[in-house]
Amino acid sequence: VLFPQAHRMFAQSSRNSASPVLLLVLLGCVLCPSAQASKSSEDIRCKCICPPYRNISGHIYNKNVSQKDCNCLHVVEPMPVPGNDVEAYCLLCECKYEERSTTTIKVIIIIYLSVVGALLLYMAFLVLVDPLIRKPDPYTQPLHNEEDSEDTRSLAAVPTLAGARANTVLERVEGAQQRWKRQVQEQRKTVFDRHKMLS
Amino acid sequence: MDQKGYRRGSFQSATSDEDMLEIAGASVDFSVADDDPPLDREMGGFSSYNGGGMNGTSTMMDFLEEPLPGVGTYEDFNTIDWVREKSRDRDRHREITNRSKESTWALLHSVSDAFSGWLLMLLIGLLAGSLAGLIDISAHWMTDLKEGVCLAGFWFNHEHCCWKSNTTFTDRDKCPEWKSWSQLILGHGEGAFAYILNYFMYVIWALMFSLLAVLLVKGFAPYACGSGIPEIKTILSGFIIRGYLGKWTLVIKTITLVLAVSSGLSLGKEGPLVHVACCCGNILCHLFTKYRKNEAKRREVLSAAAAAGVSVAFGAPIGGVLFSLEEVSYYFPLKTLWRSFFAALVAAFTLRSINPFGNSRLVLFYVEFHMPWHLLELVPFILLGIFGGLWGAFFIRSNIAWCRRRKTTRLGKYPVLEVFVVTAITAILAFPNEYTRMSTSELISELFNDCGILDSSKLCEYVNDFNSTKGDDLPDRAAGSGVYTAMWQLALALIMKVFITIFTFGMKVPSGLFIPSMAVGAIAGRLLGVAVEQLAFYHHDWAIFSGWCSQGADCITPGLYAMVGAAACLGGVTRMTVSLVVIMFELTGGLEYIVPLMAAAMTSKWVADAIGREGIYDAHIRLNGYPFLEAKEEFSHKTRAMDVMRPRKNDPPLTVITQDTMTVEDVETIVTSTTYSGYPVVVSRASQRLVGFVLRRDLIISIENARKKQDGIVSTSVVCFTDYCPPLPPSSPSVLKLRSILDLSPFTVTDETPMEIVVDIFRKLGLRQCLVTHNGKLLGIITKKDVLKHIAQMANQDPDSILFN
Repeated sequence: VLFPQAHRMFAQSSRNSASPVLLLVLLGCVLCPSAQASKSSEDIRCKCICPPYRNISGHIYNKNVSQKDCNCLHVVEPMPVPGNDVEAYCLLCECKYEERSTTTIKVIIIIYLSVVGALLLYMAFLVLVDPLIRKPDPYTQPLHNEEDSEDTRSLAAVPTLAGARANTVLERVEGAQQRWKRQVQEQRKTVFDRHKMLS
Repeated sequence: MDQKGYRRGSFQSATSDEDMLEIAGASVDFSVADDDPPLDREMGGFSSYNGGGMNGTSTMMDFLEEPLPGVGTYEDFNTIDWVREKSRDRDRHREITNRSKESTWALLHSVSDAFSGWLLMLLIGLLAGSLAGLIDISAHWMTDLKEGVCLAGFWFNHEHCCWKSNTTFTDRDKCPEWKSWSQLILGHGEGAFAYILNYFMYVIWALMFSLLAVLLVKGFAPYACGSGIPEIKTILSGFIIRGYLGKWTLVIKTITLVLAVSSGLSLGKEGPLVHVACCCGNILCHLFTKYRKNEAKRREVLSAAAAAGVSVAFGAPIGGVLFSLEEVSYYFPLKTLWRSFFAALVAAFTLRSINPFGNSRLVLFYVEFHMPWHLLELVPFILLGIFGGLWGAFFIRSNIAWCRRRKTTRLGKYPVLEVFVVTAITAILAFPNEYTRMSTSELISELFNDCGILDSSKLCEYVNDFNSTKGDDLPDRAAGSGVYTAMWQLALALIMKVFITIFTFGMKVPSGLFIPSMAVGAIAGRLLGVAVEQLAFYHHDWAIFSGWCSQGADCITPGLYAMVGAAACLGGVTRMTVSLVVIMFELTGGLEYIVPLMAAAMTSKWVADAIGREGIYDAHIRLNGYPFLEAKEEFSHKTRAMDVMRPRKNDPPLTVITQDTMTVEDVETIVTSTTYSGYPVVVSRASQRLVGFVLRRDLIISIENARKKQDGIVSTSVVCFTDYCPPLPPSSPSVLKLRSILDLSPFTVTDETPMEIVVDIFRKLGLRQCLVTHNGKLLGIITKKDVLKHIAQMANQDPDSILFN
């Protein structure tokens, strides 16, 4: 019972090859850097904010220390007040330990930009290149045609042709892409043209 | 009508409404992405049901026992049959439990089946948390990209760029690694020309981001626009919208949400995050048969996913579960409560480990003060509640009017141009005012902040008297010039946000409503808070202040007023009650402010309800005509079932199918000549005694399949819905037995049943249709759409606005 389910899952995922792989890559890459959060020295700091005191102006001190050393005495150097005032001054200062992961940030931004870039390229491909390389066959014409009657007539033709040579990977990918394009067109009609949803 | 009904897939299951023809006719071969695989593949899969070998002579018994693939699935834009789905799940569970006693493998299977729900929740939490982390980090970076770029690594936003370097106390933003655009291009950041260049770059970036967002939405996933919560509410009540929670919608929504938020538009990301989380839930459901095949179980998972979505948006797991319970879900069994909480916790934990904000907080505007408040301050809090209610009602009315205009007039034909114009106006108006230039989350965070000695922003520029400074506690002080400047700038920002959000919400980019309403409330609250604070400072000898607010004491916290204002406005718009208070108290981390928050939330809900009954999401559901049967409203009219049922007095009689006297051709004629989604089966036309109910889709699939696969089924074959079919002479063609697709227990009411009971039955059981009998004989049928139209008619609304089935 488990295996046909897995088989169907893989068959389905190979059909629309782009998106689930994208999701898994996204998930893996996002979780991996945060999992191995190696604390490189530039990713931790202790930040002490000291307000204006008497005639000394306010100052912010950053230092790269561990959490137990994150207090005013270790971080505020050079101490602007003489020895007996240090305690009063340090009471006013607030020290916070902060850490971040630059690797996570870098990886996420690069993933995001690459996904946006890939989508833009795909959109450019669909708009510019695809109509040129696609042979103007009668069963692809209705893709550009908005009439429903043409759609159903064409779809009666598609399964018979598709059934004959649907076995190579390329043909399956193309079939999936055609289905996806039809679906997006339907959605576009519902949302943008007929305003049936999401107005 | 032509043979359309029998084409591969063009199933028209509409009721007799003309619009539905177009939609149903085009939702062709079930391969509409994620939910059902296409029928032609399934026919190949049918052979694996019969154990390999596709032989045409499948026996009658095989045909009866194995359900055909496709039978029991639903058309796009139709309502599911909750009763059937729930009983199917119980059957499946019973079978697994019975078989588990047989072998160890079956026992393991039953354990894994029980465990699969929890595993699914874990995966949903992980995926939702990761996506939320991605969205947060990218949005943060891209928002700052409008102002400048980091030379130490272009992927750092402003705050992270200046993390390592030493900033001064007064100018915490300036550091050498961060260059604004004018500094980069011109070499210096001062002067009028630099300002104009910054302005120009800001507007250009904003336009680029929003144009990219709307083009991606239009090109790849048109369902990814808007907030998503009204549609998810409808889906959770049983409606099917194929593709709405699919892979492409997920990818595009995530990407364009970041773009839309970064472009400076007045929208938030909380509502779309719920949609993103539900997409994750729907996609991960496909890994588990238990949830993939059963629409009712899937909706339980979607409820939990919605809770996870709100949990990562606000860092509030409990608030997320309550939001899912109160706002989004329709049926919320107790089992879902525990699982939703688990999913929300896992999501929050995942987000926390990604640590988008660098301080282990999940939200930018986490509040950390715990100053006490006085009972007399309830008066301004209630005033804020009234403001929130008024603003909520005003916003809903104007936004619905604008959206209706977009739906019906030519404005709706230019979505890309509309986004361009709105972004241009927003960016041009936002740049000069520093409080609108910063991102809305940062604005809220600054407004929630209580001013201490460590703050040096303009809003905290009070006149300091150092002699009376005792440690960290600052007394109420007179406002300095900085505060006055901030006040009028904030007032301008308030006016701008109030008006621009009306035009932004509902555009064809992902847009949420929580953050803009919280911003409006926070600004109003802070203004009122500073006003009360100054009043208390200058007139500390008045009777109302002298008791508790002596000179030199710190009694008024304007940050608290901002928080209460934000809660009031959010409650006024969405009409959330419990979930709002819990989200706000999880944001503050303590119970001190429960009473002010509740006072403001209740006041705003009462004021807003007095003006208009619906929250923003219900208003959008009604605007779009979704078939959503409101579960909270009482039906208080004295009509009866016979007033609502079809056929009415002058209509042709009810279309029925007899149990064993009709031929295949007769049934096909009925199915093609009418557009009903189901037909009652009676004993005979004369007696009209009810046998059961059969669905149109199941009929079409079974008859098509029988014509292809079974021997001897021709147009003159008799269709038989009973166990023991009447004997026929040997020369007649073989009988088509369709008992397996007949629902033998349709719900019936008598014609004298009051409509309030009928509406209650529809709500509680999730029915799609209900048969009406009189003296035991079948008289008519009431569908959910009839019920909705009747409710709309009784409320003097337009009954024709109910569009879908």
